[in-house]
Amino acid sequence: MKLIFEKSKEGRTAFSLPKLDVPEMKIEIEDELLRKEAPNLPQVNELEVVRHYNELERKNHSVDSGFYPLGSCTMKYNPMLNEEMANLFNYIHPYLEEEHVQGALELMYNLQNYLGEITGMDAVTLQPAAGAHGELTGMLIVRKYIEDNGFTNKTKVILPDSAHGTNPASAKMAGFDVVEVKSGADGRVDLEEFKKVMDDTVAAIMLTNPNTLGLFEKDILEIARLAHEHNALLYYDGANLNAIMGKVRPGDMGFDIVHLNLHKTFSTPHGMGGPGSGPVGVKAKLKDYLPKPIVDINEEGKYFFNYDIPKSCGRLRTFYGNFSVMVRAYTYILMMGKEGLKFASEMAVLNANYLRKRLEKEFDIAYDEVCKHEFVIDGSFLKEYGVKTLDFAKRLLDYGIHPPTIYFPLIVHEAMMIEPTETESKEELDNFVEVMHKILEEAKTDPEILKEAPRNTPVRRLNETIANKQLKLRG
Amino acid sequence: MKRFPYIPHTEEDIKEMMNVIGINDIKELYKDIPKLFEGELNIPESKSEIEVKRELLELSKRTINLEDYAMFRGAGIYKHYVPSAVYQLATKRNFLTAYTPYQAEVSQGTLQALYEFQTAICELTGMEVANSSMYDGGTAVAEAILMASRVNKKHKALVAKSIHPEYIEVSRTYTESQGLEIDLINFNEKTGRIDLEDLKSKIDENTSSVVISYPNFFGIIENIKQIKEILPEKVLLIVNAYPIALGLLEAPGKLGADIVVGEGQSLGNYMSFGGPTFGFFASKQKYIRQMPGRIIGETVDADGKRGFVMVLQTREQHIRRAKATSNICSNHALMAVIASIYLSIIGREGLKEIAYQSYQKAHYLAKKLIESEKFEPIFEGEFFNEFVIKPKFDLDKFNEKLYEEKFIGPLNLGYFFEDMKNDALFCATELNTKEEIDYLISKVGEIDEINL
Repeated sequence: MKLIFEKSKEGRTAFSLPKLDVPEMKIEIEDELLRKEAPNLPQVNELEVVRHYNELERKNHSVDSGFYPLGSCTMKYNPMLNEEMANLFNYIHPYLEEEHVQGALELMYNLQNYLGEITGMDAVTLQPAAGAHGELTGMLIVRKYIEDNGFTNKTKVILPDSAHGTNPASAKMAGFDVVEVKSGADGRVDLEEFKKVMDDTVAAIMLTNPNTLGLFEKDILEIARLAHEHNALLYYDGANLNAIMGKVRPGDMGFDIVHLNLHKTFSTPHGMGGPGSGPVGVKAKLKDYLPKPIVDINEEGKYFFNYDIPKSCGRLRTFYGNFSVMVRAYTYILMMGKEGLKFASEMAVLNANYLRKRLEKEFDIAYDEVCKHEFVIDGSFLKEYGVKTLDFAKRLLDYGIHPPTIYFPLIVHEAMMIEPTETESKEELDNFVEVMHKILEEAKTDPEILKEAPRNTPVRRLNETIANKQLKLRG
Repeated sequence: MKRFPYIPHTEEDIKEMMNVIGINDIKELYKDIPKLFEGELNIPESKSEIEVKRELLELSKRTINLEDYAMFRGAGIYKHYVPSAVYQLATKRNFLTAYTPYQAEVSQGTLQALYEFQTAICELTGMEVANSSMYDGGTAVAEAILMASRVNKKHKALVAKSIHPEYIEVSRTYTESQGLEIDLINFNEKTGRIDLEDLKSKIDENTSSVVISYPNFFGIIENIKQIKEILPEKVLLIVNAYPIALGLLEAPGKLGADIVVGEGQSLGNYMSFGGPTFGFFASKQKYIRQMPGRIIGETVDADGKRGFVMVLQTREQHIRRAKATSNICSNHALMAVIASIYLSIIGREGLKEIAYQSYQKAHYLAKKLIESEKFEPIFEGEFFNEFVIKPKFDLDKFNEKLYEEKFIGPLNLGYFFEDMKNDALFCATELNTKEEIDYLISKVGEIDEINL
C-alpha cells in the first residue's frame, strides 16, 4: 500500500482557512531563520485522507475486532461510554484559574481516593503517563526516602528474573544497581535465594503479584517482613492488578509503593501503544516524596493543585497527567462499582483457569496449578513437530485471534503467556481452545502450514532482518 | 446475581466453568493468598450508564469548555483548529483498541501510520530519523539530554532558562539520579534571546549538550545557527521546537541541531487539560542506536510485499532490560497518529498558512496593545505567536473581567518567575479573529473606567 506522501499531488488540499483578517505586516525575522523549503507534507484531498486511514485501520487487529489474549497487557473491552465522557473535557487548557476547573479537579481528587482505596495506599499521584513512567516515579520516591533518612549505603534494587523488562530499566534510570533473584522451582521468588541478597544495601524490592506466570507470591508477607527489617521498601508493579481487585490489596500485603496501569485494569483504550496512565500510590510515610502537584481540597471544599510538597521527588512530566485517560478510568469505576470491580477480578481469574484446564492435557503448562489472571504455556514440546512458538502464534493470526504474549517471561522456554480477561465469554474461550487444538493437530500432521503462516492477514510474515539492516525509517 | 454490561458470564457459565476447573466456589481460586481483603471497598456501588453519564455531565458543567472562548493564552498548550476529520479517523476502533504492534502482520495500520508520522516529523524538523513518540514535550527534552550524554559520555547539560519552566523541572528530575548536572543559561534581558556570553562562559570539557527552545518560552525566536557556531564539535545541540512555527521558521536540522524534540499537542491534538499529548523526537541518523522509544522501519513480507515492523528493538527494555536506552514502553502512539492525520489534512500549504496567520495575528495584537499605552514592551527580539509585555495595571483582575466576556487573557508570568510578576505572556493563533482582538483592545481601553 502506498504511503499518504506517495498519494500527494501538487495543488490538492483537504483544508481551508478564513482569509487573513488583520492588516498584513512585514515579517521581521532575519532571513537565515526563515524557512526556505516548505516541509514536504502530503497534498491530498479530504476523501483521499479518509480512504487512506480507513484502509489502514482495517489492517489492524483490535479488542473490538477479536480475541486478544496478550498476557500482562489486560486487553479487556474498552467501553464506548468512556469515549463519550472523555470528550466532555477536550477543551480545557492546563493553565486556568482553579475556580474554572473545579469539576475536573474533583474528578481527579475522587480518582486519587478510589485508586488509593483499591490498592490500600494512603496517597496517590495521577501524574505518570504510563506504567513504566509510574515505575520511574516510584523508584525516584525510593531515592528521596533513602536520602531523607540518611540510608547512604542503599544502592540496590532486587527483582525476580520473571519481572517485566521495564522494572530493571526503571530502577536503572533512577540510578540503582539491579540485582535479579532466580525464581524457585514453583515459579515464585525463591525465599532462600532472596535472603542471600537481602541486606542493608537494598533500597527496594520490585514485585508483580500475581507474578508474570500468573502465580501469587505466597511468601509475600515474609518478603515484606524481611524488606522492612532492612529498611527497604516494597514496590508493587500493578500490571497484574486485574486479578485481585477487592480480593486482596497491595497495601495490606506490606507493599509501600504501587503503580497502576489505567489502560490495563481500568479499561482505557491502549491506542496502538498509548496513551496509558500510570498513577502511583504510596503509604503515608512516603507521601512527602510524591511528585508535584497533587490534587487536594481545602476547608471551604474547594479543590486545588497542592504544590506544597517540600521533599517531592520532583516533576515527572508537564501539567498534571493524562487527564482524558483519567476520565475514562473514572467512568469505568463508577459503572462497575465496588462489587463490579471485585466480580471483574473473579471472572478474569475464572477465565484464565478455565482455559488452563481445557488446554492442560495437550499443552505443556509451565507451573500447572491454580493461577490468577494469566498462565504460561511452555512451547518447547512443539520442537518434536519441527515448529516453534513463533510459528504457532503466527498460525493463530489466520484464525482471527491475536496470539498471546510470546517469549516472555524469559524463565519459560518458548513461552506463550495467555491472559483472557473477564470481558470474554465462555463461547469465545471455547472457540480459542478449539483453534489451539486444531493448530496443534496441524503441527503434528502438516507443520509447513504453521511455518508458512500467516496467510490470511494483510501481509505475510515480515522480514525483520532486512528491516534492521536497511533501516529505512521514513518515506 | 447482579449483571454487568461489560462481563458476559451467566450463572450457568460460571457453574460449568467451575466444574471444568474442579472447584465449587470462586473462593477456591484465591485460597493461596494470605491476608485476603475481607471488607468492602469504600467506593460507590455500581451504577447504570444513565446515572454515570449524569454524574460526568455535572462535573463537566463545573469545568470550563474553551471551545467557544476567545483564547489569548498558550505557554506550551495551544488552541489551534482541529479539523473535523482528525478525531473521527484517529479514534476508529481498530486504531483505538489495538496495542503496541507486537504482531506486525495484523498491525500494519498502526505501523504504517507511525512510519508516516516519523516521515512527517523528519520533514518538519529537517532531521534524518524520528521515533514514534514520547509522552510529552517535557519528557522528550529530558530524554534528549540523557541521549546526548550516552553519545558523548559527558555529563553536563546547559539548559536555556528561557525554555518552558516545567521542562526544566522534568529534566532535573530525570537526570539528577543519573549523576548528570544541569546548569541554566540566562537570557539577554534586552532581546529575550539566549545570552551568548553566558553560554560561552559556561561551556567546559564536561558539557554534553545545550538545550534551547525555538521559539523560546517567551515567544522569541532563537538564532540556532549562531548558537551552534559557539559550540565545540562534541557538544550536542538539542532544539525543542514548536511544530506549528516550523511552517514559517527554518528547519532546526538545517541550522545545525543534533536532536530536535518538542511538544506535539498543537498538531491536531485537543488541549485535554494538558494530557495526553505527545512528544516528538528526531535526530541525526548516526545517533540512532542511542535513541529512546519505538522506531518503525520498512521491510518486505514473505511474498516480497511492502510492510512495516518495529526495528532496533535491542535498544529497548523488553530485550535489554537494565541496559536499555530508556524504560519507556507504552508511548503516545494514538496522539502521534492524530498528528499524522492532521498534517495530512492541512498539508504543505496549510501548515505554511497556519504559521503565517498565527504570526500575523499575534503581531497585530502586540502592535495594538502597545499603541493602547497600557503596556510596555519588554523584549526586542523577534517573536512568532507569543510575546511578553508589561501591563500598567493588575493583570489578574483584568483577566477576571475578560473571563466574564468569554475571553481567556494572557498568562501571568508571576506563575513561573518571581521577578516577572504581573508580566503578561500573550498568544494568538489562526483561531483568533480581528474582531476578538479589537474587542480585547477596547477592553484594555476601558481599564481606567472599570476600576481595577
